[in-house]
Amino acid sequence: MAELTIGPILFHWTADRKRDFYARIADEAPVSTVYLGEVICSKRSPFFDEHIPEVAERLERAGKKVVISSLCEVMLKREREAMREHAAIPDREIEVNDNSGLFHATGRPHRIGGLFNCYNEATLDALVTRGATHVCLPAELPRASVALMAARGRERGVGIEHQVFGRASLAVSARCYHARAHGRVKDNCQFVCEEDEDGMTLKTVEGAPFLAVNGIQTLSYAYLNLLGDLDDLVALGVTHLRLSPHTQDMVATAEIFRGRLDGRIGVEEAQAKLKELRPDATFANGFWRGRAGHTFTTARI
Amino acid sequence: MNRPELVCPAGTPAALRDAVDAGADAVYCGFQNATNARNFPGLNFTPDELARSVDYAHKRGAKVLLAVNTFPPAGKVDLWRDAVNMGDRFDVDAYIVADIGVAEYVATRLPHRRLHLSVQAAASSPEAIRYYVREFGVKRVVLPRILTVSEIKQMGEEIPCEMETFIFGNHGLMVEGRCSLTNYVTGLSTNLDGVCSPAAQVRYEPQPDGSLATRLGDYAIDCFSKTDKAGYPTICKGRYRADCRPDPYYAFEEPISLNLSPLLADLIKAGVHAFKIEGRQRSRAYVRSVVSAFRKSVDAILAGREPHLAELIALTEGGKQTEGAAKSKTWR
Repeated sequence: MAELTIGPILFHWTADRKRDFYARIADEAPVSTVYLGEVICSKRSPFFDEHIPEVAERLERAGKKVVISSLCEVMLKREREAMREHAAIPDREIEVNDNSGLFHATGRPHRIGGLFNCYNEATLDALVTRGATHVCLPAELPRASVALMAARGRERGVGIEHQVFGRASLAVSARCYHARAHGRVKDNCQFVCEEDEDGMTLKTVEGAPFLAVNGIQTLSYAYLNLLGDLDDLVALGVTHLRLSPHTQDMVATAEIFRGRLDGRIGVEEAQAKLKELRPDATFANGFWRGRAGHTFTTARI
Repeated sequence: MNRPELVCPAGTPAALRDAVDAGADAVYCGFQNATNARNFPGLNFTPDELARSVDYAHKRGAKVLLAVNTFPPAGKVDLWRDAVNMGDRFDVDAYIVADIGVAEYVATRLPHRRLHLSVQAAASSPEAIRYYVREFGVKRVVLPRILTVSEIKQMGEEIPCEMETFIFGNHGLMVEGRCSLTNYVTGLSTNLDGVCSPAAQVRYEPQPDGSLATRLGDYAIDCFSKTDKAGYPTICKGRYRADCRPDPYYAFEEPISLNLSPLLADLIKAGVHAFKIEGRQRSRAYVRSVVSAFRKSVDAILAGREPHLAELIALTEGGKQTEGAAKSKTWR
């Protein structure tokens, strides 16, 4: 049976908000696995790192598997050091989002995160041979390729995960675009990204919402929503379905997806409930359908 | 002082010959399909053209580096393997790769061939680079355009392979090889199809007020006044609005060219083994002038003379240029 997971929080939420979020996830969310840790900006890490042991313990007591996810971009000395320490975390699974993590993690069990380019069977094989036990596929991978990856994952005995909800990561940069928007640079950013808990909307010159900025990361404006494709994902052999955290009620979000997976609610009802939770959100499933990523098609494949 | 290799772009066989004749030590090129990151209409090589071009270059002492530097999606891996195998038959001097599966294929099937790690692999730390050296025997890394000269020098001390740096071309700070922006808008992927802002989905639309909107798919990427020169609608070079920026601004990058010519001597001292000039999509005339200008500059520096670089400035985008990240890191 396919399992739901909660991906790492991509945005700069306060430590209090994160702790409250995970407490509710621990107590109420029908998910099997929770990914913790800062994956976007190393400047944010100190705010929450000290709380991770306590939060992890809380989640584990509630029966969740906890995986520590790593930075998606590693350049500076402190980031390199953080990655080395990350790979050495004892007794807990780690998820790697950057090739420098592979340098340290090779030879010990580790997961590959959705921000890493694992697009094909040959890459999957190479990573599994070197210790990967579970791979979250890039959000832009179309259905036909996901199907083949799920089949190869089954042959190799590794989990295959795919994001089914939340803004899709589209790009990462060496520059902080939140700081830039406010006339600052990364070094004096004053954590202005904290103001945008689901990302900062970029609109076209004509005013159409287009993208969302999250520090060095650029995300889709639309929220990835594969509610209508869950049966298909499961039939193809995808083992884990990732919900990427947003400010909306994520427990209720997980319940909708779980209800749909269990066949307790139909697709239309599930979509209506999701829309109710987040009336302002635009949805997209174009990547899955091999079309422009921002598009949303409800017809069955 | 080591003698750095001048690595030059070849979008067509004619450009390859021009680059070789203008003094390129090596040229890089790709096939006419998704296996390389400049999969643009009218560019790149048929197998026959590549075979003849390698022959042309080798007879004149120049190397040919084959870019197989996109990421095959599951189900299409054979196209990339075919490209690698053809390159082997034609005796290319190295492969430029980004995907781990492609790297492993070359390393296990063709261990006698040199592997270069493409900038598309986004290896921006010593550990990342050492991973590809250790696991796949990579001999050279093309460094991201986001490092300062002192960071490049430091990098050289920590990695057991050659370094290649971009010296002229696009100035971009987005991490290359990790971009789905074009796919989000058009359904064609930069990483998987080698496509960035495909021309078939670009439109230039005159507005009632005389301005010109540039569009990619359903989205306006910029709007230019009558007096401005309209740029090509590349998503990361467009102007957008945010709540804190009601007037359109360059949210990601200014459209500006990278020109590290004033830093060539410093880069050589920092231990750079190869200088890369970008522009497979550029004209023959462009390739000829840029390659010969850099040939003269590098030779002048190696001979202890001052290089003359004024002619390069005329070739940069809108005349605006930058030493980019290499000079300092205050832009981050």
